[in-house]
Amino acid sequence: MSHDFQLSRRSLLMGMVAGSAGMLAQSVPFGRALAASGLTVGFIYVGPRDDYGYNQAHAQGAAALKSLPGIKVTEEENVAETIAVEKTMESMINLDGAKLIFPTSFGYFDPFVLKMARKYPDVTFMHCGGLWKPGLPANAHSYFGYIDEAEYLSGIVAAHVSKKKKLGFVAAKPIPQVLRNINSFTLGARSVDPAITTQVIFTGDWSLPVKEAEATNSLADQGVDVFTCHVDSPKVVIETAEHRGAFTCGYHASQATLAPKGYLTGAEWNWEKVYAGFIADILAGKTLPGLIRGGLKEGTVRTSPYGAAVPAAARSQADAVKAKFEPGDFVIYKGPIKDNKGQTVIAGGVSQGQTDIALESMNYLVEGVVGSVA
Amino acid sequence: MVEAGGRRFEAMIEAFLPPVFAVFFSMALFGAFVALAGVDPIEVYRLMATGAFGSWFSVQNTLQRAAPLLLTALCTALPAQMGMVVIGGEGALVAGGLAAVASGLALSGLGLPVLLVQFAMALAAMAAGGAVICFAGMLRQMRGVNETISSLLLTYIVIAVFKQIVEGVMRDPASLNKPATRALPDSLMLGMLPGTDVHVGLLFGLLFCLFGYVLIYHTTFGFAARVVGGNPRAARLAGLPVGRLVLIVTALGGAAGGLAGMVEVAAIQGRASAALIAGYGFSGILVAFLARQNPLAVIPVAFLLGGIAASGGLLQRRLGLPDATVLVLQGILFVTLLASETLTGRFHLRRPTAEVKEA
Repeated sequence: MSHDFQLSRRSLLMGMVAGSAGMLAQSVPFGRALAASGLTVGFIYVGPRDDYGYNQAHAQGAAALKSLPGIKVTEEENVAETIAVEKTMESMINLDGAKLIFPTSFGYFDPFVLKMARKYPDVTFMHCGGLWKPGLPANAHSYFGYIDEAEYLSGIVAAHVSKKKKLGFVAAKPIPQVLRNINSFTLGARSVDPAITTQVIFTGDWSLPVKEAEATNSLADQGVDVFTCHVDSPKVVIETAEHRGAFTCGYHASQATLAPKGYLTGAEWNWEKVYAGFIADILAGKTLPGLIRGGLKEGTVRTSPYGAAVPAAARSQADAVKAKFEPGDFVIYKGPIKDNKGQTVIAGGVSQGQTDIALESMNYLVEGVVGSVA
Repeated sequence: MVEAGGRRFEAMIEAFLPPVFAVFFSMALFGAFVALAGVDPIEVYRLMATGAFGSWFSVQNTLQRAAPLLLTALCTALPAQMGMVVIGGEGALVAGGLAAVASGLALSGLGLPVLLVQFAMALAAMAAGGAVICFAGMLRQMRGVNETISSLLLTYIVIAVFKQIVEGVMRDPASLNKPATRALPDSLMLGMLPGTDVHVGLLFGLLFCLFGYVLIYHTTFGFAARVVGGNPRAARLAGLPVGRLVLIVTALGGAAGGLAGMVEVAAIQGRASAALIAGYGFSGILVAFLARQNPLAVIPVAFLLGGIAASGGLLQRRLGLPDATVLVLQGILFVTLLASETLTGRFHLRRPTAEVKEA
């Protein structure tokens, strides 16, 4: 009796082996066939690509490539900053034949992009975040933009619109990139009216819709009448503020459709232009630099078209400053600048231009910001 | 002996058939679902097979994704033997990851052998994860607090403390825009299984599952734990040390979760950051329930879910299906498997099933 059980167990196993071997044989040549012609470009997003924010801005950039001849775009959303992104990159390379990959989340870079760049030297990686430095693999480029220039312009507009002189900023984490946006927004606003304050609330992470709504409501309760934010998806903040009858400045992408009454302007990425430029350079055989940056001048960032609520005075002042940004003449961080504890952080006569490395490790909130970095 | 083997095989078949049936049934339901969304279900199946098991790369992808689930599933499956529903695997994982990095960084400069330091890291991680879940067990045993609620709330607390530490005292000042601890030295990183791209954490998971199975089904300790699960009052009457059993088993479950955290930092991330909070602990709950809390069954179920996760990307990229498609499949699978439990005991293969006496 034991014998026939053993036999059936064995034949079961044999069947499983044969079955999986068949599956293997069938699907191995699959990926190769696709890679034969044109350039396959992979895009990886950390969140949903229709988030009205960070990921949507990148997805719009990807969408702009789809119409280019010979370019095939392959996309994956909601990819965590874990082994998942490593495997997604590898899967795009092995199964889709991707030769160019845009891992768009900051946290993908170290160790995942670096590891894949070393493993696949003939694949180009374009990482968003700006972390590349000499010594890292040459095929792992990183790009980012001076979006705080657009934040400065938002600040100017916000200051003109605010009646209570209180602006609100819902932010994810007190890291340099975020602090720089808060500070530029505030400096822009205070260039119009030095009595203006920006109240900031840090939610603690990039995508916490409930906390973002709570923060917006609590700021509105305290009399804030113009909002902006730096979280992955500004949707919740913008909609909540609109619901409270407040005005809003957008971030990452345009949220104008979410707040038809209160949307003033916003700081947007212009990845459509940037990505099309990368592709043109790559197809032309040019070598891209390891670290790529740009602001309003280079067209890396842009501002949302003004909403109906923006008065003429705000438009003309913001446009005038924008005209100075475009040739690269305007410096936001021009001393003397004090932080909100009264310490001088940039001395008088010192001017930190956009490319100044000191701004990359910003750890203070400027005078006029109500809040604390720790 | 021969008879017992035969009966055991038959019992195995009986345990296997309903879940296997459920998997096929839910695949059919899922096919109907994607067909409604306007996608060819055959193409979906083919892509899933390709993405999960279709090539050596896909198989390794599946194994990689299954590795943390093996351990976090045990965090739920082991305490379940005592009738407890623990859902704090994420907290155990995060605590374990932080403990592993902290101990690794503290010991790395002392010139100790690498294996010893790695062992200490694993031990620290298991102690930290164990402490979290054991605390939930303690609250249940001593204060009558529901362990499901407390383990979930403890997870939130652990994550908050974790962020406070990683973005505060343990923060690497050079990690400007992605707050993280300092990186573990490369020498302390766990290697790959020979000839593969799969880290040795997979092996830890498999061994822990085997250990869990033997402990639960082939030792008097496990028998006692299951008696408590069946009827705690009867167990107490029989003189079993219920309190001690609860504490030990919850600590063991938490230790598995903590070890998953150690593997995440020492095989993948290299440092502790918010990226550690990736939901493996919560996926582990699903795995444990699908495996019907059997530590051995956790292995195939983790591979199945790893495969689904691995193939999810391909569904998105080739068919333009949203990421949530995979969640829909997981949901269908979960419900169907739970429903399929009603089939248990209704198969008669060769003769009326004899009672299988174990332990």
